[in-house]
Amino acid sequence: MQAAHLSASNIACRRGDRLLFSGLGFTLGPGEALQVAGANGIGKSSLLRILAGLARPYVGAVERKGTVGLVDERLALDEHLPLGKALAFWSALDGEDEAQRAAALGLSELLDVPVRYLSTGQRKRAALARLLGQKATIWLLDEPLNGLDTAAATLLTRLTAEHCASGGIAVVASHQTFALAGMQQLPLRDFVA
Amino acid sequence: MSALLRLLRRDLAAFMPGGRRGGTLLPILFFLAVAMLYPFAVGPDAPVLARTGGGVAWIGALLAAILPLDRLVAPDLEQGFFDHWALRGISEEVVIAVRVLAHWLSFGPPLMLAALPASALLGIDGKTLYTVELGLLAGTPGLAAIGVTIAALTAGLRAGAALSGLLLIPLAVPLLIFGAGALSTGGESGIALTAAISLVLLAIAPFAGGAAVRAAREG
Repeated sequence: MQAAHLSASNIACRRGDRLLFSGLGFTLGPGEALQVAGANGIGKSSLLRILAGLARPYVGAVERKGTVGLVDERLALDEHLPLGKALAFWSALDGEDEAQRAAALGLSELLDVPVRYLSTGQRKRAALARLLGQKATIWLLDEPLNGLDTAAATLLTRLTAEHCASGGIAVVASHQTFALAGMQQLPLRDFVA
Repeated sequence: MSALLRLLRRDLAAFMPGGRRGGTLLPILFFLAVAMLYPFAVGPDAPVLARTGGGVAWIGALLAAILPLDRLVAPDLEQGFFDHWALRGISEEVVIAVRVLAHWLSFGPPLMLAALPASALLGIDGKTLYTVELGLLAGTPGLAAIGVTIAALTAGLRAGAALSGLLLIPLAVPLLIFGAGALSTGGESGIALTAAISLVLLAIAPFAGGAAVRAAREG
């Protein structure tokens, strides 16, 4: 794994006519984690999409070194396919066996179930299984705790800690507390324009 | 390369008859319905049917191309597939190029097959049928390219489905003029021009469609 790096300098984000936040900046090195906190609609998801390079910031620049993995509310798994086959599409692209990863997240019994029948928490775990298989150095997690039960939430915290321990970077956008030791905090309301 | 094959396989599974976005059968049935209704409307006057049948087959093909448009790009954009492809370094241009190919495979050859029973319904002779088939072979790749480009352009819009039909018609007019025009001139130059337009459209589609998807994602 190459040395990961993620930094944002003087970022502003605009949605329509509204300036969501401005002057935001941070630098993360290998093994560091950051929680983006803030109320609904303040721009957490927009910030994550900017960090991922999927959206352009209104002002400012993002620097990334390493591959990016994203988990958000959009699953990107074919709804009609059984979970195993839907994950297999991505594992073929990633060159990793995501069915094996699915077992780590307690999904092995659901591999024959079509994606559209999965519950909110199960869908989240499916997205996390793909993230694990992707072997990305930078994890961007958008409200990862939504719908997860306590056991799964603890598991996710542990997986994130392991990811950081192996030199990865994690950015978690959540209004809930993410119990990860040594995590930096970025309250978005300080940057509201 | 293997990523391209994976994408193509997924697209084909979605578009081919029996696929989940089961679009293919519908345009073909629509095409046959036009061919079936036309003799009822104009009457059983064989010379009139034979003279106009080839043109009607072309109009049917063009209108049938409108039907699958809303299923070509929008679902994948909404479900976040394009995000995850972008994160893996698979560009929108590549995805769109693969999609044009998959869309044509699920649309062009079946339409050419359906032109056989349609020619019987319209009472057109063998020579005209040959020109229609040749024209469809040259024109449907262009129609597929226009279709995917428009689907990408309207993917982020709310009234996209209705708008895409209106957008397709003027863009497809050159194909229609040369493709159906070859019927009356009887020469092969019309077919060659249709093929040339198709090639231009095929060359533009990945870039126009890719830019449209990116704009929809960043918007």
